[in-house]
Amino acid sequence: MKKFLTHRLVWPIAALLALIAINTISRPSFLSITMQNGQFYGSLIDILRNSAPLMLVALGMTLVIATRGIDLSVGAIMAVSGAVALTVIEASPDPGNLGVVFTAIAAAVGVALILGVWNGFLVSVLGIQPIIATLVLMLAGRGVALLITGGFITTINSDPYKFIAGGYVLGLPFAFFVAIFAVIVVGVLERRTALGMLTEAVGINPEASRLAGVRSRGIIWGAYIASGVLAGIAGILYSSNIMAADANAAGLYIELDAILAVVLGGTSLAGGKFSLAGTVVGVFTIQTLKSTITFLGVPPAVSPVFMAAAVLIVVLLQSRRFRAFFHTAGRSALRPLTRRPDAKVLS
Amino acid sequence: MTFERVAVKTSERAAVVAMRGISIQFPGVKALDGVDFTLYAGEVHSLMGENGAGKSTLIKALTGVYGIDEGVISVEGTERQFRATADAQAAGIATVYQEVNLCQNLTVGENVMLGNEIRRAGMIDWRATHAAAATYLAELGVHIDTQSILASHSIAVQQLVAISRAMVVDTKVLVLDEPTSSLDRGEVEQLFGVVRDLRDRGVAILFVSHFLDQIYEISDRLTVLRNGTLVGEYPVAELGREQLVAKMIGRELGELDAISASAERPIDRTGTPVLRTLSLGRKNALEPVDLDVYPGEVVGLAGLLGSGRTELARLIAGADRPDDGTVQVSGSGARTGSPRHALDRGIAFSSEDRRAEGIVGDLTVAENIVLGIQARRGALRKISAAEKQAVVEEYITALGVRPADPNALIRNLSGGNQQKVLLARWLATAPELLILDEPTRGIDVGAKADIQRKVAELAEKGLAVIFISSELEEVLRLAQRVAVLRDRRKIGELATRDVDLDALVAYIAEGQPESAAAASPHTAPETPSSDREKIA
Amino acid sequence: MATLTEERRSTSSSAVSYRRFLSRHISWVPVFAAVIILVVMIAGAMWYFPNFQLNRIMSSILLDNAYLLVLAVGMTFVILTGGIDLSVGAVMAFTGILCAKMLGDGVPVAVAIPAMVLIGAAIGLLIGVLVQFFDVQPFIASLVGMFLARGLAFVVSLESIKVDNEGLLWLQSTRFSFAGWYITPTGIIALLTVALAAFVLRYTRFGRTVYAVGGNEQSARLMGLPVVRAKLSVYVISGVCAGLAGIVLTAYSGAGYPLNGVGTELDTIAAVVIGGTLLTGGSGFVLGSMIGVFVYGLIRTIISFSGAEQSWTRITVGALLLLFVVVQRVIVSRSALSR
Repeated sequence: MKKFLTHRLVWPIAALLALIAINTISRPSFLSITMQNGQFYGSLIDILRNSAPLMLVALGMTLVIATRGIDLSVGAIMAVSGAVALTVIEASPDPGNLGVVFTAIAAAVGVALILGVWNGFLVSVLGIQPIIATLVLMLAGRGVALLITGGFITTINSDPYKFIAGGYVLGLPFAFFVAIFAVIVVGVLERRTALGMLTEAVGINPEASRLAGVRSRGIIWGAYIASGVLAGIAGILYSSNIMAADANAAGLYIELDAILAVVLGGTSLAGGKFSLAGTVVGVFTIQTLKSTITFLGVPPAVSPVFMAAAVLIVVLLQSRRFRAFFHTAGRSALRPLTRRPDAKVLS
Repeated sequence: MTFERVAVKTSERAAVVAMRGISIQFPGVKALDGVDFTLYAGEVHSLMGENGAGKSTLIKALTGVYGIDEGVISVEGTERQFRATADAQAAGIATVYQEVNLCQNLTVGENVMLGNEIRRAGMIDWRATHAAAATYLAELGVHIDTQSILASHSIAVQQLVAISRAMVVDTKVLVLDEPTSSLDRGEVEQLFGVVRDLRDRGVAILFVSHFLDQIYEISDRLTVLRNGTLVGEYPVAELGREQLVAKMIGRELGELDAISASAERPIDRTGTPVLRTLSLGRKNALEPVDLDVYPGEVVGLAGLLGSGRTELARLIAGADRPDDGTVQVSGSGARTGSPRHALDRGIAFSSEDRRAEGIVGDLTVAENIVLGIQARRGALRKISAAEKQAVVEEYITALGVRPADPNALIRNLSGGNQQKVLLARWLATAPELLILDEPTRGIDVGAKADIQRKVAELAEKGLAVIFISSELEEVLRLAQRVAVLRDRRKIGELATRDVDLDALVAYIAEGQPESAAAASPHTAPETPSSDREKIA
Repeated sequence: MATLTEERRSTSSSAVSYRRFLSRHISWVPVFAAVIILVVMIAGAMWYFPNFQLNRIMSSILLDNAYLLVLAVGMTFVILTGGIDLSVGAVMAFTGILCAKMLGDGVPVAVAIPAMVLIGAAIGLLIGVLVQFFDVQPFIASLVGMFLARGLAFVVSLESIKVDNEGLLWLQSTRFSFAGWYITPTGIIALLTVALAAFVLRYTRFGRTVYAVGGNEQSARLMGLPVVRAKLSVYVISGVCAGLAGIVLTAYSGAGYPLNGVGTELDTIAAVVIGGTLLTGGSGFVLGSMIGVFVYGLIRTIISFSGAEQSWTRITVGALLLLFVVVQRVIVSRSALSR
């Protein structure tokens, strides 16, 4: 297992380091961290803070992908979650009240949980293909969020809520701690218990797992619930950052960023073995990339081109790596990929 | 499209395919070392060898899937280089695989003619194409609706469609790779009829199969490989079965006799049976069946393909949900329809399709072994590393898994070793009843013997076993009783002590259910109970 | 040798011919379902809304959704092979705005239009190469295409560009009417695309290869079919359709706009799936996708007729997609069981 992780992480980490190196060369201040009023500032700190929503969503996405699924609705769930939270706070006479804020958060995450349960139900009980099942919520969810906010962008004024995305603890952004906490919780849950291995088994061979007595349905359902809840928390982070509920913009394209982060981290879209550490590296890579693009003065609207180029490079590297590996195995003629010997063939 | 029957005399035969000095090296293993192979027109030739002998590799070299490192391949006297499957096909070599590589979503006619559709003015002329397909199929004696979707036909028919396709492109060499694994006796006859007809027309047939009986029935010549080298080429009439197996594995079959002896021991049927099914059935799959299995007993399920053996096993094991009947384990009712509940009650089930329903390919041998017990314990209570190591080592040793590496990925193991790992998974759950569905299918002779010996050992220690196999000698060797099914119902039970292979085959083919009583061991007062008890 | 004929257990001849019908035409079943639902929707709308004139409404649906119809044709090819193309909305926007810019700079229409189609093809080719030669999953590969196209659209212009070119605008402003039905050249382009695609899929070897690859790619390869060429081609076709859709959309709205087509790829996939094409590949028809586009257009129309907010469109499409998928599953699994 360790061997697998080390092997798989080599390229993602290398890519991240390369990006950091490029950044540092073009702006040496990239690596500098200053301290003001007991808080750390700097490009790296920005990356830690801004990557938090994506980190949460990508964690959930990793689990869903491991079960051979996909969750396209996470952006929409973020929008709904933000809309719920802000509507609760706005409707309260005392928006700055900590109790109100907690209630808002609980309500938002609760709704996100229900949406995750819905997704999981469609996939694990009704057996609908994950891409379609979550597409439904992706299409409908933003509409629902708009209905909650009455078609407007709700804004609020609430210090406790603002703290979530803007506050600092021990000098570092609070959002970062939220993300790290989630990584730790999910990591412990997956690897210290048997949940990780059973999830992988379900993703690799669902029928064999079922016959072996694995609660496949529960595991798959749970992955979508986790994805929903994490997206809900990400929605709170996002809306706290802008102190508004923007149903159209919240989490736009984040599902794509999340899927990319997961794939960059070495988990296959085909399901089965997954790597949370890889996803973490993937998230930081994408966030650093975005930071690089912004720094280069590229208008945000054009940044997708650079994202495409970067993703292309990484994906090619990952794929070429496999090709090179088998090519040096000494096979003659063309297309080494199709001549890979498996024991299945030799038996 | 007329074919002439080519009268073939041995002395005049020309070699259609001549492979000389073929060597292929994979990382870490020399799969073929200087192998010669000759195939003549108008013969059925079987390629024999154990796992790792190089059979599969040689065929893949012939069909263009692998490139060769050394040696020469000639087709009809001309030297050829096969860089891709298309090259081999262009040379007139066609293959029909076990999985029948056709497109299930397309029609029969289309599959036959795919890539060679009849066109008029640039457009496909479907009427003419289907008519042509029907003609090719008729040449093989197959008359089906060419406009029906391929998926609506049985595997046997699909294979014949695949063979027809080969005939469309003027095939000189037809490779049949394990064609009979999913066929029942009637369908095998059908296939062999077609094979003989093609042979008489001058096609060279390369036949690969694990069923020795069928090899002897259909082949003209044999080539034996062992460990990547050629052992010899023999006309079938000159090589007896024992000699053949000895050449393949280089060791004697005597150890299998020791296993039969164990089947002779007496079974105590006075107590509570480990398993009792009462009218267990499922619509369109199985008529209600009663079956008892006692501790330490091996009960065989015999019958043709499609007779309901696997369906019965799956119902008992909870893999499918029954429409009728109940299951009792050790006297008390057990929940049906859930593999998890069955495992909780001590019923373990090894499915016949280990690739689709058994192995979890990307996980290690160790993880595959503990999967069952981990699943039972639930996701939250992880098996400790120490416990895992102990269990895994115990079973790797007891079953002789090679390589004996717990961290090897199971998909890299040979079929026989994969089956052993799966067996370990089920045994680790400490079952009271073990159901084995075709556990030795597609496995080399050595591993077959290992598994059979293990099953006999476990039964001696008190494990109840239901054993399904199409190889009836296996069933007779291991079981005390055989329940025979036909057309989705149980027609009766026989004591293995009382029958030999021919009698069993006859009963399967023609045996009549004597009465409802005979088929149900525990309801009939009319039949003298003393006689019933004697079936042991 | 004994002849083999398939024996079926059912005895009555009507049961036999029902089975025969199903075994021949099973992939049409989901399409029939879509047609039924379309008819029901139309009937319901005609009953509920007093001023719902069939000919005017259907003509205007084609007018408003011609771009989507073209996209759906391309997407059908890709999905039939078991792939997916998420770039179509972005490519449509890119070619749309590039077309607007070129026309504004004085490039003749006869040059601009083919150029757009070629650009769409090029992006499609890029995606196809990634999928086929670099083993990148279609999802990811087409994402790259989408990012690329969307960014390039903004490189061309950050704001919309109006089109004055009469040649292009003619495509939209001209109407051919007959008995209350009308159609514009853009509509004709869309319908021609459907017809051409249907012909190719049914009557050419390439079309059959597409179905074969979607059914079982490994088998198709072993059968000697030109799988690589087919897989590349479907993405090129999708790109061509996206380029064409860009032209259609620009003609329709009279301007190029870089933010066009956000989310359109999902609408396209929804239309194709509702139209009876299975996402797993190997089964489906462009005529079905056309039905799907009409269903989508009808939903939009009904919602605007009833005066509700447009955001309900997406919700309704989502709900309907779900309904269709569940119904499809039930129909397909039941007919599979009756074998």
